[in-house]
Amino acid sequence: MSFFNWAWDWVTTDANWHGSGSIPQQLLAHLGYSILPLLIAALIGVPAGVAIGHRGGKRAVVVINVANAWRAIPTLGLLILLAVFLGFSALTWLVPLVVLAIPPILVNSYEGVVAVDPSVKDAAAGMGMTPWQQVTRVEIPNAIPLILVGLRTSAIFVVATATIAAYIGLGGLGRFIIDGLASDQYGPVAGGALLVVLLAVLVLALFAGLSRLVVPAGLRKQAKTE
Amino acid sequence: MMWSWIPENASLIWQLTRENLYLGVVPALIGLAIALPLGIIAARWRWFYPPVLAAVNILYAIPSLALFIALIPAFGLTDTTVVIALTVFSLCVILPNVVAGLRGVPAAVTQAATAMGYGPLRRLMTVELPLAVPVIIAGLRVGVVSGISLASLGQLIGVSSLGYLFIDGLQRSFPTEIYVGLFLVIVLALVCDLILVAIRRALTPWAAAQPERRQRRLRQLTEVTP
Repeated sequence: MSFFNWAWDWVTTDANWHGSGSIPQQLLAHLGYSILPLLIAALIGVPAGVAIGHRGGKRAVVVINVANAWRAIPTLGLLILLAVFLGFSALTWLVPLVVLAIPPILVNSYEGVVAVDPSVKDAAAGMGMTPWQQVTRVEIPNAIPLILVGLRTSAIFVVATATIAAYIGLGGLGRFIIDGLASDQYGPVAGGALLVVLLAVLVLALFAGLSRLVVPAGLRKQAKTE
Repeated sequence: MMWSWIPENASLIWQLTRENLYLGVVPALIGLAIALPLGIIAARWRWFYPPVLAAVNILYAIPSLALFIALIPAFGLTDTTVVIALTVFSLCVILPNVVAGLRGVPAAVTQAATAMGYGPLRRLMTVELPLAVPVIIAGLRVGVVSGISLASLGQLIGVSSLGYLFIDGLQRSFPTEIYVGLFLVIVLALVCDLILVAIRRALTPWAAAQPERRQRRLRQLTEVTP
């Protein structure tokens, strides 16, 4: 039997949808584990990236190297280390997921602001905008498409990786995967993995919709004519 | 921290480090080998890129752990499973950079090469690809660093890597082992990152000769603005 047969059989088994530890419950828990870290990472990464990008100059090398080094931190290792010291506190699962989500958001926000056409920035300054106005009315709106790419990448990372929270005994879709692996049952393992993939694709679709809503009309027009 | 544990287990640590290195680097290299021809085609024939990019975005949304699991029926709990899943991941990271790097070559430069009698292949190999090296290597760096960090997840499906130290450390509540694992994953990733930076410097000797500001000025002068 292939992955999809196993996954389909498990997902369509009625009993898996009811009672404690059922699919809807773990799906909700998974969303809970994903949304909060993403919000925190966005609150750190976007302002930091925009601020560094606004000041521009030679900081590119620093940002990219720091973000790259940051990516080296293995989420599973950090999670386990915190679990050993903090037990089941919220920080145990929050910190590794926030750490995971920061680099794409930071780098893309930075790149987005740096890539704003210099003549546009000059025009904003020439119109007498204060630095704050230049950032909020010109640089951020122009950088929105890339900022969204960063948020999307991080959202997918977090949804995918929240799975391993189950490894230290927490809930979420990873519960099915980890328990299935431990008891040699491929059904829940495949089913859990399939649900994670569906959730990730949902995130992708959500961001496609979001970019229609928040990307300024002027930028979209420009993209079409290019 | 129990320092004596390290020398006592040196051979295990060394073996796990080598396995982790293999699982992190090989997929990135295979990813590069696939991304180069695809990227060259996509940069040359523009219609080819949007569908490929859409496919890459969806593949990128598939969590590595879920992909490990999906590949288990075909390849079992083996290295191959992890290598294929991480190859997909690194391909998704590297391909957009290959395309961006090749498209970023200033039109004036390619026109000059053509005017000097360069055919399309010679121009690609001796002008366009070398100029795209920094952007391509930037993608490769993300692929390798994330790959080394992600390879430790292979341990969850029983594929040996430095992730073993995390899991064994958790089961024995032995922080030393977790510290060593974290330290080695990060150091391994950073060393590979530095090697890639060195390779980039070796392949683009002109970049060192020109400070960034001069390069940007050069870009402004050579770019044909509409």
